[in-house]
Amino acid sequence: MRPDAILQIMSKLLLPFILVFALYVQFHGDYGPGGGFQAGVITAAAVILYAITFGLAPAQRAAPPWIAELMMPTGVLIFTGVGVVSLFKGGNFLNYTVLGHDQVHAQEWGILLVEIGVFVTVAGTMTTIFYAFAGRGR
Amino acid sequence: MAILTEVIQHYNQWVTIFLMVAGLYIVIARGNMIKTLVGLSLFQTSVYLLYLSPGKILGGTPPILDKAFSVYSNPLPHVLILTAIVVGVATLALGLALVVRINEAYGTIEEDEIVDMDKDGHA
Amino acid sequence: MTEALVNMVLLTLMAIVTVGVVRTRNLFGVVMLGSAYSFLMASVMIVLDAVDVAMTEASVGAGISTVLMLSVLYLTKSRETVPTHTPLIPLVLSLGMAIMLFYGVSGLPPFGAADTMVNQSEVSTYYLQNSIRDTGVPNVVTSVLASYRGFDTLGETTVIFTAGVGVLMLLRGRRKRNAEPKKEA
Repeated sequence: MRPDAILQIMSKLLLPFILVFALYVQFHGDYGPGGGFQAGVITAAAVILYAITFGLAPAQRAAPPWIAELMMPTGVLIFTGVGVVSLFKGGNFLNYTVLGHDQVHAQEWGILLVEIGVFVTVAGTMTTIFYAFAGRGR
Repeated sequence: MAILTEVIQHYNQWVTIFLMVAGLYIVIARGNMIKTLVGLSLFQTSVYLLYLSPGKILGGTPPILDKAFSVYSNPLPHVLILTAIVVGVATLALGLALVVRINEAYGTIEEDEIVDMDKDGHA
Repeated sequence: MTEALVNMVLLTLMAIVTVGVVRTRNLFGVVMLGSAYSFLMASVMIVLDAVDVAMTEASVGAGISTVLMLSVLYLTKSRETVPTHTPLIPLVLSLGMAIMLFYGVSGLPPFGAADTMVNQSEVSTYYLQNSIRDTGVPNVVTSVLASYRGFDTLGETTVIFTAGVGVLMLLRGRRKRNAEPKKEA
């Protein structure tokens, strides 16, 4: 048995739970502690765990660097897009009330989309930064 | 007994000052760049403590609204510090990238040796 | 009372860990002590009722920061050189600042009081009373962060994006070992 067999088996067992927990923290940020930042960092931590236990090349096959680099500006685009859509619908920039028919529903839609934008940017940036540091030759 | 209440009332602030001064000492007194960055993050974390302590109300709960509770801790410092933590880690990542590049250009990460190399006319 | 005592114990542990960070020469030990410090900080934040902040500090401070510093330690060396003379001016400066801060802090209100200006401000009471009516979200920190103060969150997301772009610009391209010059500008 190789010395790192225990680490690899445990990581393979834990990874799906970590990713589901990240999604739970993201979508239950309205009713408990959580939100976009924490969920993005937990997702990046799952990728980092896979890279540490299995090597950088398998991790880059599973979560390719170009997707992580693409996720960085996409989140900011989603966030600003919500603001611009509010502008087109007649309100101020980032005024969620004009996005729907009812104040509470429109605010919930706005908060959901904005938190998804933050999640995408944070997950992409943390993964990209890790790949940049880990891929640097010595 | 009065000194015990005095200690309990101000202990947060004293430890905050100690952490802040320790972080500052590491930043200005040590020459190793990685240790400087650790000291900087110590300093930043003590400032988070400075902001969060006055918002706490003894006997209150976290600011998640529920019908069973009526006294909540102040939510405003939490929002500010959430932003500050994330900005702090962004600064740390950029600082570490600079350390890697400096190491590749000079071969060392001690500030004294780098200043000497610059004085001798290193390329 | 129990909260205050648990708070004091955790803060004392943090101070001890900080003394260890100042005195240790081995950089690997410094990074590990920094990670322990972040975990203790997250526990203190839970005692202070800041649950969102505690989750962020635990994942970001004790997770991402430690991993990045360990990867940089792998790329450089791992021992700090002992200085030739004790740094007197920084010590005097730090002690002077500590004395001034101790004097200044004595005027602050006691820990946990509910009638201070910070806790009675109308902005906080407005957010606590109207969060469900305006946004329908019970977690006040999320509703303030995403709805009432959404501009700050937009700025913060842009800062994270900028940090990612900066790291990519600095570290893009693999450096070959003594064989050829660096590829990127």
